[in-house]
Amino acid sequence: MLELILTTWDALPEILQIVLKIVVIVVPIMLSVAYLTLAERKVIGYIQVRIGPNRVGPKGLLQPIADGLKLLMKEIIIPTNSNRYLFIAAPIIALAPALAAWAVIPFNAELLLSDLDAGLLYILALTSFGVYGIIIAGWASNSKYAFLGALRSAAQVVSYEIAMGFALVGVLLAAHSLNIRDIVEAQAGGVFHWFWLPLLPLFVVYFLAGVAETNRAPFDVAEGESEIVAGFHVEYSGMCFALFFLAEYANMILIAALTALMFLGGWYSPFPGLPVIGEPSIIWLFAKMSVFLFLFLWFRATFPRYRYDQIMRLGWKVFIPVTIVWLLVVAVAVLAELGPWFD
Amino acid sequence: MAEIRNYTLNFGPQHPSAHGVLRLVLELDGEVIERADPHIGLLHRGTEKLAEHKAFNQNIGYMDRLDYVSMLANEHGYVLAIEKMLGTVPPVRAQYIRVMFDEVTRILNHLLWLGAHALDIGAMTVFLFAFREREDLFDAYEAVSGARMHATYYRPGGVYRDLPDTMPKYETSKWHNQKEVNKLNENREGSLLDFLEDFTRRFPGYVDEYETLLTDNRIWKQRTVDIAIVSPERALQMGLTGPMLRGSGVEWDLRKKQPYEVYDQLDFDIPVGVTGDCYDRYLVRVAEMREANKIIKQCIDWLRANPGPVIVNDVKVAPPSRENMKGNMEAMIHHFKLFTEGYCVPEGEAYAAVEHPKGEFGIYLVSDGANKPYRLKIRAPGFAHLAALDEMSRGHMLADVVAIIGTQDIVFGEVDR
Repeated sequence: MLELILTTWDALPEILQIVLKIVVIVVPIMLSVAYLTLAERKVIGYIQVRIGPNRVGPKGLLQPIADGLKLLMKEIIIPTNSNRYLFIAAPIIALAPALAAWAVIPFNAELLLSDLDAGLLYILALTSFGVYGIIIAGWASNSKYAFLGALRSAAQVVSYEIAMGFALVGVLLAAHSLNIRDIVEAQAGGVFHWFWLPLLPLFVVYFLAGVAETNRAPFDVAEGESEIVAGFHVEYSGMCFALFFLAEYANMILIAALTALMFLGGWYSPFPGLPVIGEPSIIWLFAKMSVFLFLFLWFRATFPRYRYDQIMRLGWKVFIPVTIVWLLVVAVAVLAELGPWFD
Repeated sequence: MAEIRNYTLNFGPQHPSAHGVLRLVLELDGEVIERADPHIGLLHRGTEKLAEHKAFNQNIGYMDRLDYVSMLANEHGYVLAIEKMLGTVPPVRAQYIRVMFDEVTRILNHLLWLGAHALDIGAMTVFLFAFREREDLFDAYEAVSGARMHATYYRPGGVYRDLPDTMPKYETSKWHNQKEVNKLNENREGSLLDFLEDFTRRFPGYVDEYETLLTDNRIWKQRTVDIAIVSPERALQMGLTGPMLRGSGVEWDLRKKQPYEVYDQLDFDIPVGVTGDCYDRYLVRVAEMREANKIIKQCIDWLRANPGPVIVNDVKVAPPSRENMKGNMEAMIHHFKLFTEGYCVPEGEAYAAVEHPKGEFGIYLVSDGANKPYRLKIRAPGFAHLAALDEMSRGHMLADVVAIIGTQDIVFGEVDR
């Protein structure tokens, strides 16, 4: 049976093989996105002494499906004064890079779509591309609120992209590679071999910049519910609106995965040497991602929103200097071959 | 060079932080506010005019609907004005009940304010925490008057009826079994006073919870410290009252300066701010919640020890007892007269003000000797506060306008009347 599957697989044209692989990655991502929304509502619900959705399906488990169906059925309203082509294109531009970035994410040493040597650069390029969707959406809507949201988003992403880039340079220095699989493998051997310890400030800055990049609270000024109503997607409805949300949540998962891979040793177990739980496994990667995803939700439930200029100040005056200084420290440590990470 | 014009943004009336129906026309230079022009009247219901066509007692219900988050405090102002003209003094027990419910109302109002203000600034959890406590206070309203919000409980000459000896209890349902229901009913076994006392014991802990989330939170401080500073002089000139004035450091509180009811016999402090920014006003209001809790506690102790009548024994103003009415012809006539014609208030005018949770809530009443007001003028604190919005928000950013609307504690029921 297995042999039969393998032979048919090999018999398939290569393009079909790639498409199938993409489907195998994208479908679980979309499912996780759907259930992340449910998790968010449940987690925030319990933080806020309420229960969260519990009526659709057993324990509310079908809620995301119901939400998705509802949004699919809704009319997509295109404002008369909007630029209709850009208006439709914007959500697609927002979602595409969020999914495309997964091409280079390794789930364990063998399981990955493309073993790109410039993986880190590819990630950096694609994550910054997502903001075009937001800017175009804000511009094409031809609404003042959306326009303000787009401007805020542009400024925010430009500043945080720099901090994020510098944090990645630190990882690159430490791992001597741009290939994400190699970066993870450079961290083999227990909690203290992972990069979070030598790169602690970069780790923190990277994750916080990631929160800012995904426009999540407390950095959600582009959306700014209570100020500019919904910011860039104020004019969107139905599936177009849903695409922005899919993009936002897919980006959250992506940031969680990247942080886990680059700073917390990816699929490596924190207890190497022990039987079963000491084995490197994809489950460890998912566990680490869940921790970061929970942090996203926790932040949202706890913190007030920054003001737009305060975000800029935090980005330029705190995050960027911290990353630059720590880059120097890492460079010196690498030169000195400081163990156990850089020897 | 191209002509550069400022950006005009129509903020509201359908805006999540317009606190109802505020329409603000903002002139923006980038995100900086050049001018903020509040438009009012979208919730105008003509309360003052309606009042001229209704017997005095029938207007009490309209007062609840002015500032619909501090219902009984509005009633208090109106009832005091009528009492001033009639010359009636309610029994002491009624005065204590009124003071107790005024303070319950103050907590209700400040909880909603805190929740909404925090939500405007982006911290959503406080809102739901605050509503958990509001639920208990609404239950107290319900137990005493039958309505959870628009109580219509105060009457000229006292209050409608005495405090109940039992609290309504939860019952089992599809969602709650007996065990859960027993837990929910734990503090409802005794009288209303027991229920409120249990609340006063728990409440300081709850306030600590809100403060953990906000007071020392760096983001919260960045968003509120030095935003919309009002100097004490300007605050007085602009007619700000209540926490808006005390936040600027002016120690003015009608409960201390012009004591009404039994406030002069109660022990409480007036918190004041220093700089007069949003953060100080936040601290003042949080401290006021703690003070209100103290006052409620004192009232409960007094009310426990001193039973007695809760409305004057004057059949011209207050209805006779139900029992009396059924058997006594004269009482029956009084009852009929009171509920159809009402009572006549001697010719003249009066102004009565209470320290409403939002500031000085005053009622100016003119009577021509008839059974309904000749003119009723409502001095709503929110109106003066809203007028200060332009000055307070100039030079700040768009996100700060939201914080300023929040700090003003605007409710359109009273602004538009």
